[in-house]
Amino acid sequence: MENSTDLGMLIQFVYVASGALFIYGLKMLGSAATARRGNMLSAIAMLVAILAALMDQGIVEYQWILLGFVVGAIIGGAAARMVQMTSMPEMVALFNGFGGMASLLVGWAALSGATSTFTLITIALSILIGGLTFTGSLVAYGKLSETIGSGAVMFKGQQVVNSLIVLGILGSAVMFCQHPDTMQWLYLIVGLSLLFGVMAVIPIGGADMPVVISLLNSYSGLAACAAGFAVNNNILIVAGSLVGASGIVLTQIMCKAMNRSLSNVLFSGFGSVSAATGEVEGEIKPISVEDAYYVLEAASNVAFVPGYGMAVAQAQHVVKELCELLEENGAEVSFGIHPVAGRMPGHMNVLLAEADVPYDQLLEMDDINPRMENVDVAIVIGANDVVNPAAREEESSPIYGMPIINVDSARTVFVLKRSMASGFAGIENPLFYKDNTRMLFGDAKESIGGLIREFE
Amino acid sequence: MDIVFLTFILMLAIFLGFELINKVPATLHTPLMSGANAISGITVVGAISLAGTGEQDLANWLGAAAVALATINVVGGYMVTDRMLAMFKKKEGSH
Repeated sequence: MENSTDLGMLIQFVYVASGALFIYGLKMLGSAATARRGNMLSAIAMLVAILAALMDQGIVEYQWILLGFVVGAIIGGAAARMVQMTSMPEMVALFNGFGGMASLLVGWAALSGATSTFTLITIALSILIGGLTFTGSLVAYGKLSETIGSGAVMFKGQQVVNSLIVLGILGSAVMFCQHPDTMQWLYLIVGLSLLFGVMAVIPIGGADMPVVISLLNSYSGLAACAAGFAVNNNILIVAGSLVGASGIVLTQIMCKAMNRSLSNVLFSGFGSVSAATGEVEGEIKPISVEDAYYVLEAASNVAFVPGYGMAVAQAQHVVKELCELLEENGAEVSFGIHPVAGRMPGHMNVLLAEADVPYDQLLEMDDINPRMENVDVAIVIGANDVVNPAAREEESSPIYGMPIINVDSARTVFVLKRSMASGFAGIENPLFYKDNTRMLFGDAKESIGGLIREFE
Repeated sequence: MDIVFLTFILMLAIFLGFELINKVPATLHTPLMSGANAISGITVVGAISLAGTGEQDLANWLGAAAVALATINVVGGYMVTDRMLAMFKKKEGSH
C-alpha cells in the first residue's frame, strides 16, 4: 500500500515537471528564432506526461493503450506529412475536433468511478465542450475544404432553435447530476452537444473562419481541462487551460483585426447581409503583363500584399521568384500581411515561409502602413477586403472601421484578380476604381509567371 | 483531490496562458495554433488509465478510443508544427 502511494506521489511530481516544460516550450514558441526548439520541448513534456501516466498502478493491461497509440500515431503522422501548407486551416480544424472527441470520451468513461456531484458536473462539462468542439470542427473543416458550402447558413427561428438546444443541454445536465445511473440523460447531453456544435458553426461565413478556428482551438483546450477535473488530473488542467487561453487570445486578435465583436461574428451571419449598394466613381483600368513589367522594372520599392487567393492559386513560389528578380534589379521588396489574410491566423506567413521568403521580410499591417507612401508599386495578390478603402471611407460599408492595409497610398497599385467578382464579404471594392490602380486580370500564378518571363 | 486546489491551478494557468500568448508575433500564429492543438491532446494522459483497467466494459472501450483520437492530435500536431517551423528562415546576411 505504502509503495503505491509513493508511486502516486512520484507520478504527480513528474506531472509538475511536465507542466514546467509545457510552459517553457510555449514561451519559446513566442520568438521565431527559438520556436522550433520550443515545440520540441513541448513534445518532450507530452512524452514525459504520457510515461508518467503509464506508471499508474491501476493499469493492469496495456494492449488497448498500445493499440490506441499505434492507430493514432499512424493516422496523425501520415496526415502531418502529407498535408499541403495551403490546407493547414482544414487540418488544424480536424485535429481540434479529434481533441474534443477524445475529451468527450474521457468524460464519459470517467462516469464509472464518479462519486461526487462536482465530478458529475465536470463530466457533463467535458461532454458538452468536447462534443460541440467535435461537430463544430467538422463543420468548420467542411467549410474550409469546401466540401460543403462556405457561406453562412441562416434560417428563420434559428435563435429560438439554438436557445432550445441550450436549455435542453442545461436541463439534461441537471437531471444527469441527480440520476447518474439512468443513462438516457447522458445520451441526451451527448446528442444535444453534438447538435449544438453544428448549429453554432453553420451561421458563420467563410470570411470569419480565422475567428472560428481560433475559438475551436480554445474549446479543445477547455474540453481537456474539464476532462482533467473529471478524472482528477492536474496536468490536464494546466495544459488544457494554457491552450484555452491561447485560443482566446488569438480569437481576440482576429476580432480586433476585423473590427467586430465576438458575438457579432458568432451570431450575425455576416455573409448573408446584403451588400451596400454605394455607387463607385471612376473606371476599371486593366493593364497587360508587358506594361506591368515596365512599371515594375522602374520601381525601387515594391510591396506585395497577399490574401487567400494566393493560397488558392498556389502562387507563393512564383511570388518568391519574382521577389528575387526585383531585388536583383535593385528594388527593395517587402510583404504586408494583414492579420486576417487567409483562413487562419498567420496562414500567409506559413505559405511564404514554405516558398523560402525570410520572415523578417514579412511586415505586419501596422509596420507597413506608415511606409506605404514610399512604395512605388504595391502588388495585391488574391486579397480583397483587407485592402478595401471603403473600410476607411464609407460609413455605410459593412466593413467600415476594419483596419486595412493602405495600398492605395502607394504610387501604383497592381491588383491581380481572376475577374471582377467581389470578395468573400461580397462588398464592392473602390480600390479597383482608383486613379493609381491597374488591374492585372487572370490566374495569379500565370500573371506572375508572365512577369518573370519578361524579366528574363 | 481538493476542488478548491484544482480551481486554483486552473486560475493560475489561464492567467499564465494569456501572458505567454500575448507576446507571440503574428508571423508565428499558425504554428502556435497547431502547437497548442498538439498540447490539447494531453487528454491522452487521462485516457490511458481508463483504457488499461483490464475490464472489458464500456469505460475501457471509450478510454481506448480516446487514446487513439488524442494520439492523432499529439503526433500529428507536433509533427506538422515542426514541419512548419523548419521552413521559417531569417534573411541571410549578404546577397
